[in-house]
Amino acid sequence: MTQPTPASSPSQDFERVLPASPAEVASFEGHGKTFLQRAREFLHGNPAAVPLIVLLASLVIFGLLVGSKFFSAFALTLILQQVAITGIVAAAQTLVILTAGIDLSVGAIMVLSSVVMGQFTFRYGLPPELSILCGFAVGALCGFINGFLVAYVRLPAFIVTLGMWQVILATNFLYSANETIRAQEISANAPILQFFGENFRLGGAVFTYGVIVFVALVLALWYVLNHTAWGRHVYAIGDDEQAAELSGVRVKPILVSVYVLSGLICALAGWAMIGRLGSVSPTAGQFANIESITAVVIGGISLFGGRGSILGTMFGALIVGVFALGLRLWGTDPQWTYLMIGLLIIAAVAIDQWIRKAAA
Amino acid sequence: MNATQPILSARGLVKRYGRVTALDQADFDLYPGEILAVIGDNGAGKSSLIKALSGAVSPDEGEIRLDGKPIHFRSPMDARAAGIETVYQNLALSPALSIADNMFLGREIRKPGVLGSVFRMLDRPAMERTAREKLSELGLMTIQNISQAVETLSGGQRQGVAVARAAAFGSKVIIMDEPTAALGVKESRRVLDLIQDVKARGMPIVLISHNMPHVFEVADRIHIHRLGRRLAVIKPSDYSMSDAVALMTGAMKPPADVLAA
Repeated sequence: MTQPTPASSPSQDFERVLPASPAEVASFEGHGKTFLQRAREFLHGNPAAVPLIVLLASLVIFGLLVGSKFFSAFALTLILQQVAITGIVAAAQTLVILTAGIDLSVGAIMVLSSVVMGQFTFRYGLPPELSILCGFAVGALCGFINGFLVAYVRLPAFIVTLGMWQVILATNFLYSANETIRAQEISANAPILQFFGENFRLGGAVFTYGVIVFVALVLALWYVLNHTAWGRHVYAIGDDEQAAELSGVRVKPILVSVYVLSGLICALAGWAMIGRLGSVSPTAGQFANIESITAVVIGGISLFGGRGSILGTMFGALIVGVFALGLRLWGTDPQWTYLMIGLLIIAAVAIDQWIRKAAA
Repeated sequence: MNATQPILSARGLVKRYGRVTALDQADFDLYPGEILAVIGDNGAGKSSLIKALSGAVSPDEGEIRLDGKPIHFRSPMDARAAGIETVYQNLALSPALSIADNMFLGREIRKPGVLGSVFRMLDRPAMERTAREKLSELGLMTIQNISQAVETLSGGQRQGVAVARAAAFGSKVIIMDEPTAALGVKESRRVLDLIQDVKARGMPIVLISHNMPHVFEVADRIHIHRLGRRLAVIKPSDYSMSDAVALMTGAMKPPADVLAA
């Protein structure tokens, strides 16, 4: 690199030596880099790599421990079915966490939306298709309230969604009168509500439409986050909100849109949950918010915002599923699953901190 | 003082924060093609003046004119749309995004056709090509990889990206807030060269700086801000650095010929 001819002449005497100084960029490539440093830089550039490696490693380990009972097309697709709903909710959670927020109300929005889909059909006799749209509208409305309070009233996301969690859950119980709609009734009168529970087989593999929509959703969001202006703005807001605002990102409308989209995705999860359970129950999905945060964190998304890939979230959800099924087939106490997941969460955050140092 | 019309001017700007008056009937004039330095003591109201001009705050009273037409900025975006680009002291870059993504933040280019209009796909090759061109124009192609994250750049390189972004999109005025404050000797020299390059293309620049040698080297005129208002405007050829500091700190009364209203 050649120094451009100075447009200005140095005004201070000590600057006269500058033209004689080396002009090439300081380069440290090629030497003084240990394997660990290189690994860290690779992981910094590819945030979904850690969860992918953990996922593959855990598949291999459980395959060796449990054998063909675990390492079969049936068992592996069973894992997908078991994590699909958590995974969809975790996709919503990922969007919010990428903006350096958190959404504790995702599980409640999911349940309320599913209850609305069921009750509108059976209590008011609406066509189920219309009830499903109403469920999505309720999810979007809940998300809008969250987003408005976070972006325009400037309340912390943690507090807003903690409050909305209670409000939505209470609304859910009051409105549904704690009443469950039975599976037989749904399959007789409104089978479309159970659409995502239907499955098809490819050899020994069983795929539900819930699994398909989970994977398709993650891929669609990956595209949106990485290849559209909106997606880049979501990252920029999570990275440094003020800098994003000053450099031309319309922070408030985008934050609202993130929460609304999160609400819509939760409603989708509510619909998929009817398929998985068969029935509509206001007490379902109690742990969805914690499980979604678990998947996001294990998936390598930084809770401080702006870093991580939604593919990591998918791998994170699958890791939880692999541990749950693997340990059960191995015949351990289910508490071991929780213990392992807890350790994984802490390890994931530790690794995130370590990778972040690559930037410094 | 000058026959031509100012490109950017302000009259009687007032900005209060609670009981603190940051701007007290402040005036401002920037003429086409010049580098106007703004100097002032800490708390003199330089930052508030610049924020009002760049749209980051809206003044309580007073009028800002761009090309003679009154304007009201409600956000930095409004100012940018009107052609005023600002290089903030903290640079306003997103560390995790690439150089190209940062340069085009808020005004991305989409792919032509269905990919762009329906799928909203970014035209990364076009954005990277333009970013590379703009950086080369300013002699900043020491950056090898245009898709590397901004956080991997040195302080001087980041400053270069921020200046290149402003130079690439500013159509009327570029405001630079302390562009050399965080830089070493060599990087400062580079940024001063950049400022001269940008000026050579006919773009007027507002330079806020505490560094008197830098101010006296590049500025055509110096706006001295004191106690929330414009105290005087001097030519660097007529006064010494110590005169400027004396005026700025109140140690010297401004001579009648430079006294601003």
